[in-house]
Amino acid sequence: MDWITTVDHKKIAILYLWAGGLFFGIGGIEAILIRIQLIKPMNTFLDAQTFNELITMHGTTMIFLGVMPVIFALMNAVIPLQIGARDVAFPFLNSLGFWTFLFGGLLLNLSWVMGGAPDAGWTAYTPLSGKGYSPSHGVDFYTIGLQIAGLGTLIGGINFLATIITMRAPGMSFMRMPMFAWATFITSAIILFAFPAVTVGLVLLTFDRILDANFFNVDGGGNPVLWQHIFWIFGHPEVYILILPAFGIISEVIPTFSRKRLFGYSSMVFATILIAFLGFMVWAHHMFTTGLGPVANALFSVSTMLIAVPTGIKIFNWLFTMWGGQVRFTTPNLFAAGFIPTFTMGGVTGVMLASAPADFQFHDTYFVVAHFHYVIVGGLVLGLFAGLHYWWPKMFGRMLSESLGKWTFWTFIIGFHLTFFVQHFLGLMGMQRRVFTYLPNQQFDTLNLVSTVGAFLMGVGMIIFLVNVFLTSRRPADAPEDPWEDGRTLEWTIPSPPPEYNFKQTPLVRGLDAFWKEKMAGHKAMTPAEPIGPIHMPSATILPFLMSVGIFIAGLGFMFSRDEFSSSMMSFLFNNYIVTALGLLITFGSMLMRSLFDDHGWHIEPEELEGGEQR
Amino acid sequence: MMKTWQAGKRLLPMTAALGLLLAGCGREDLSVLRPQGPVAESSYGLMKLSIAIMIVVLLIVFSIAAYVWIRFRRKKDQDEIPKQVEGSFKLEVLWTVIPLILVIVLAIPTVKVVFAAGNDHSDDKDAIKVKVTGHQYWWEFEYTDYGITTAQDLIIPTGKHIAFELSTKDVLHSFWVPSLAGKMDTNPDGTVNRFSFSAPNEGVYRGKCAELCGPSHGFMEFKVKSVSGEAFDNWVASMKAPESVMPEDPVLAEKFKSQCLSCHAIGSMPASPVAPSLTGIGSRESVAGILLNDDTREDGAPILENLKTWLHDPQSVKPGNKMPNPKDMGLSDEEIDGIAEYLAGYTLD
Ligand code: HEM
Ligand SMILES: [Cu+2]
Repeated sequence: MDWITTVDHKKIAILYLWAGGLFFGIGGIEAILIRIQLIKPMNTFLDAQTFNELITMHGTTMIFLGVMPVIFALMNAVIPLQIGARDVAFPFLNSLGFWTFLFGGLLLNLSWVMGGAPDAGWTAYTPLSGKGYSPSHGVDFYTIGLQIAGLGTLIGGINFLATIITMRAPGMSFMRMPMFAWATFITSAIILFAFPAVTVGLVLLTFDRILDANFFNVDGGGNPVLWQHIFWIFGHPEVYILILPAFGIISEVIPTFSRKRLFGYSSMVFATILIAFLGFMVWAHHMFTTGLGPVANALFSVSTMLIAVPTGIKIFNWLFTMWGGQVRFTTPNLFAAGFIPTFTMGGVTGVMLASAPADFQFHDTYFVVAHFHYVIVGGLVLGLFAGLHYWWPKMFGRMLSESLGKWTFWTFIIGFHLTFFVQHFLGLMGMQRRVFTYLPNQQFDTLNLVSTVGAFLMGVGMIIFLVNVFLTSRRPADAPEDPWEDGRTLEWTIPSPPPEYNFKQTPLVRGLDAFWKEKMAGHKAMTPAEPIGPIHMPSATILPFLMSVGIFIAGLGFMFSRDEFSSSMMSFLFNNYIVTALGLLITFGSMLMRSLFDDHGWHIEPEELEGGEQR
Repeated sequence: MMKTWQAGKRLLPMTAALGLLLAGCGREDLSVLRPQGPVAESSYGLMKLSIAIMIVVLLIVFSIAAYVWIRFRRKKDQDEIPKQVEGSFKLEVLWTVIPLILVIVLAIPTVKVVFAAGNDHSDDKDAIKVKVTGHQYWWEFEYTDYGITTAQDLIIPTGKHIAFELSTKDVLHSFWVPSLAGKMDTNPDGTVNRFSFSAPNEGVYRGKCAELCGPSHGFMEFKVKSVSGEAFDNWVASMKAPESVMPEDPVLAEKFKSQCLSCHAIGSMPASPVAPSLTGIGSRESVAGILLNDDTREDGAPILENLKTWLHDPQSVKPGNKMPNPKDMGLSDEEIDGIAEYLAGYTLD
């Protein structure tokens, strides 16, 4: 119950972590099944339809439900602490964001047991995703599930923007903000601009499918290429929504374990902003073969290549952060170290893809599959592992085992390169992507086998990580405040895990890497910016949970509103939109409750604050 | 600008070496790395240039990384605080400018080739015009200037530009012959795409569909057969000859007409919109695009056997395809075998 009603950002972070872990596991199992099917030519382990459902759900799950919540988990756990705040700006909304995300994700995955998963690829290109060619409810689960989950993401993004703009501790100007906070800030801004695009797209596709509209239907005057534009105007920025937080994490981990400040801080900030901006200008590089014509192709080629410049700045800044430092290879830093060359490899193939005439060959082949897994897994997932190992003691008060962590790292990264490096060659040798099997004697066989073996090794790495988490959870929570000893930012100045109110007294920030600065000045703790006083706390509430349940029911009701059921009772309920209305009633009822009953929250009085005096 | 070109030139030896290395990769009739025509060649040129540049970048990043990890590893009892460097304006400008130059080196030839590839030969009198139509899961090729239509095998004369006009009858597909040219999507009418390629050498090249189009997307293959100009003219002539080859057995002929020709077309019949033309199917490279008619290869089989495989159960060959099972249309096993024999013998000389 505590977990369902909580509005504490630290608990919500843990909820996001569990939910993300669950979906990541599902997506991972889907990946392994895909790779087993491709282990040899003409394999019959899966049938073609199931395979298409698996790749669709694997892609969709990983992008929207697997890594996003883990990113949100870290942001929730760390951002308020890093900027010296007691919570996010809107704790109620924070909880609402999580629950809508979770129920959206659950709805999408329900498709596995309710008559067929979506099968048109995670990009859901029309007309294949239209009702004519995908008649099961699969794609409806996709449009409505993602719509609900996307609502949660948008709410979360807006919340972080407000939090970072308004709640920084005294003295923390924007240019003194830790890089992870910057990354979160920019990521949230991208969410704010990109998610409305996909929202519109999903609504239009839903209307096409459920209400027989004609937005993308050629016979009705619609245009399927329009879907591609809408999808990628969202979809490309989405890639940066994923990777910028990883950049932020790496920018925290490397300085800590090099005992040096980040090299070129202001150019890092500048590069982040530039990447975000360019990220919106390059969507059509996913569409070079759609037939946009040479002018568009040339423009989008060049603008895409330009992203290499700010990305290059970042990579060299990280390398020179370590230069002259004292590099310690703890597990988080191993992952950060693995990140640099791996992500760079994904980056350079990105530049190769940007060259439109070459992309005519790369597009929709395994070369692209290799490229985006180098970016997403080799970049983002390695970054998330770095971040999880780094902040685990802060989140849970327990250090993960270093030796198991190192095992995780080595099995995962070796498995990763085995799996995906060879896929570059598969693509160049003529293997297109999204194929459920391939004919023998095309020289694809050995490389596919290697790739599958690699995937199993990555699986082993994941299992070791889970074992590590499990064993750690059984040990006493005794992590010190600054467990890595060289913490530089504010989160390391308070106990692990932090008390409900985070900071007994809001700290005064006197420079970049506030904590490190105090340490260097010989202080053990931050100077407080305020006297000890009562701390205002928001009340726990179940309303966000109820609202999300309502939306979930409404979504299901809408999806089945045109179906015939064997029981006339069911038909009556669904066909007259009674179920939909009921769901909306729950949601709007909860909203009404929220508006009518003013909840002022409560206070923690100074006497109750642990430790009494500041040490 | 001179400078950037010089930088490009310096990469040339490396590009050449890479070319040799990559050329070992894949089948000649299939691999992007073994281009067999000028269009694929120009993509390949850009690929080599970009790979060369990118390998240089990777080598720099890897070596700096290896150096710092070894050189600046924290030693035991090392406890002094390292100097907290802010950054270095000069260095940061350096790694802004260098990537910028590399991008320019790649961008200039890219833009050139983009516009060159925009030349689709659709108004070239000398080019062979072919209308390609994608269907779930087969390919139709209409030679507009000759008034003939075929399926699965695209026959082209060597050395001539083939001007394509691409569209689809159902979902999106993408037309791709890796060793001859990059891919181009087939969109529904209204957004028809054009492009062109040519094949200087005789040979059979493997083509694929590159856009997810349903369960059998992976099986939506076709062959491009490039033949001498003379052989091409002969082929056109025999395609145009009003053939009325029908199965000899009148019962079988009746079955074939009523059950098969309701969807398929042969000879001078107007091309059917729902099923591939069967004209001269006995001379094709494959049945259904994927069952190779070549019993000299280990992945091939005699055409008769392939036809029987297909006709006895089309769904098991290509899941989700739109052809009904002949058994469900009331054909007995013997009749199916009979039709297979007839089709195998239906060749163009
Ligand atoms: C164990 C790790 C993974 C393995 C072995 C794996 C493997 C694969 C394979 C074989 C495909 C199908 C390629 C195709 O034929 O189109 C695929 C597609 C994809 N994967 Fe992964 N993957 C892994 C992890 C991830 C992760 C962590 C993400 C993202 C966070 C991800 C995102 C995607 C996406 C977006 C697609 C495209 C799906 C589509 O075509 O609709 N993958 N993956
Ligand atoms: Cu296809």
